[in-house]
Amino acid sequence: MSEALTQGSGAGVRDETQRSPASVVTERRVVRWLLIAVALTFLALFLVLPLLTVFAQALAKGWGAYLAAFSEPDARAAIRLTLLVAAIAVPFNLVFGVAASWAIAKFEFRGKNLLVTLIDLPFSVSPVVSGLIYVLVFGSRGLFGPFLVEHDIQIIFAVPGIVLATIFVTFPFVARQLIPLMQEQGTAEEEAALTLGASGWHAFWTVTLPNIRWGLLYSVLLCNARAMGEFGAVSVVSGHIRGLTNTLPLHVEILYNEYNFVAAFAVASLLAGLALVTLAVKSVLEWRYADDIAAGARRH
Amino acid sequence: MVEPVNPRLRFRQRSVIPGFGLTLGYTLTCLGLVVLLPLATLVVKASGLGFSGIWDVATDPRVASALRVSFGVSLLAALTASVFGGIVAWVLTRYDFPGRKLADAVVDLPFALPTAVAGIALASLYAPNGLVGAQLAKIGIEAAYTPAGIFIAMVFIGLPFAVRTVQPLIAEIDKEVEEASAILGASRITTLLRVVLPPLIPAVLTGFALAFARGVGEYGSIIFIAGNLPYVSEIAPLLIVIKLSEFDYAGASAIAVIMLGISFVTLLAINLIQAWSRRRFGYV
Repeated sequence: MSEALTQGSGAGVRDETQRSPASVVTERRVVRWLLIAVALTFLALFLVLPLLTVFAQALAKGWGAYLAAFSEPDARAAIRLTLLVAAIAVPFNLVFGVAASWAIAKFEFRGKNLLVTLIDLPFSVSPVVSGLIYVLVFGSRGLFGPFLVEHDIQIIFAVPGIVLATIFVTFPFVARQLIPLMQEQGTAEEEAALTLGASGWHAFWTVTLPNIRWGLLYSVLLCNARAMGEFGAVSVVSGHIRGLTNTLPLHVEILYNEYNFVAAFAVASLLAGLALVTLAVKSVLEWRYADDIAAGARRH
Repeated sequence: MVEPVNPRLRFRQRSVIPGFGLTLGYTLTCLGLVVLLPLATLVVKASGLGFSGIWDVATDPRVASALRVSFGVSLLAALTASVFGGIVAWVLTRYDFPGRKLADAVVDLPFALPTAVAGIALASLYAPNGLVGAQLAKIGIEAAYTPAGIFIAMVFIGLPFAVRTVQPLIAEIDKEVEEASAILGASRITTLLRVVLPPLIPAVLTGFALAFARGVGEYGSIIFIAGNLPYVSEIAPLLIVIKLSEFDYAGASAIAVIMLGISFVTLLAINLIQAWSRRRFGYV
């Protein structure tokens, strides 16, 4: 005990990073470095190395082979489809998220907690199950199957199914971020705008939207990353038709299973790049606008 | 504003803010069409089998083995993620070292990296000829294409949950309590175990449950590294995909409902932990 105390205060004098009053509330120097080493090794083994592997494997046979992966028509079709799916799914969830958080955060009504729980539901559903439920609704043997077959409408194993499954898995992203943020901001500013004669829309565009813009951007960013990267749900509803219903992640799978590793990792590096950009912007937003993104100092 | 007799009896309280009907209506329509209708279809489809039908599917040797692998390995992975996630959260919050902010940003990688990309990267890294796999092979550990591979992928995707639920609470710890503990003569390890750790336990359990639930349902990052050998390294979500490709919709639905049921229980457990924590410590 006394040893820990003296050791602690000694470290406080030597170590510039520790302010001296904090000396009894930290571990011995050797323990600290040991824990830092454990944490960093763990992060390196499980997170950093896989990321580096993607780029190393993609460039294993040089830039020529790397770039060749993108000149393939199937790869281009996959890129186009992924962009299309995100271009539909993200705005849909953006509008839904803003509407839902307006209703939930600005008003008091019964059943609110249940509503929030239901909106969160897709987060706790396995991606594969998320795809399965749409097969059960729109598949040829599904709920609307006979109707769809009769009218020659294809949803499953076609682009609409991929869009629907993507909307489902990214459904809670915007709403879950905005609800606590808008709840914390309250209704006083909107009430002031309305009292001064603004219309409801005017109050929303000039008062609410500027207040939530960073939180909105943050959630749209994460929503987009998931929409472009979704694999399990999309894989179930896509049917894997080359050039037609293969998104980028599915194209990665096909190339990998064909032992075309350079091309697989090249396409994967595109998605990894997207993830890195997402993380970078996300971190900048968190450092700069922490209070404008989430309610309270942090989540929870 | 004239208040009605008893505002509690009203569906919603009065407000001057417009747009309630429009936004709630839109919200409920979207929720109903996108989330509730498809999930209800699944439940109806599975209930068509009846309880005994679902039980028959669950006790089919291949299904039972897949469920055992999914839940068993996920439990182990969530436990590992919680222990190391706790250390990572502590180190990132309490210590100052070069690259701390970078390490903090890296923790969210599994949230941002598409699962298929993570899957092929982990598979090539931990394969017998991979960078880490070759080292493990030297000491006789086969990582890829065994349940150990599933474990690695599940730790990968569960880690951010374990770190991010505990981290804000560590940041909020009142250091005066630790000082008091030290001044009253407790050693550092005693202070950590008896003063610092107890209030963190609900958050650790929540992170554990989230990592566990995510691991059970995970597909993309696992199938490349798992080897997918029936009865050995086949996970439940993969079996759903296989049943679907055989047009066995009922079988697929039954497995899905079993998985949903277990994740529902997990979520319920999280809520109970949080309710208990609110009573015991005054926060979630």
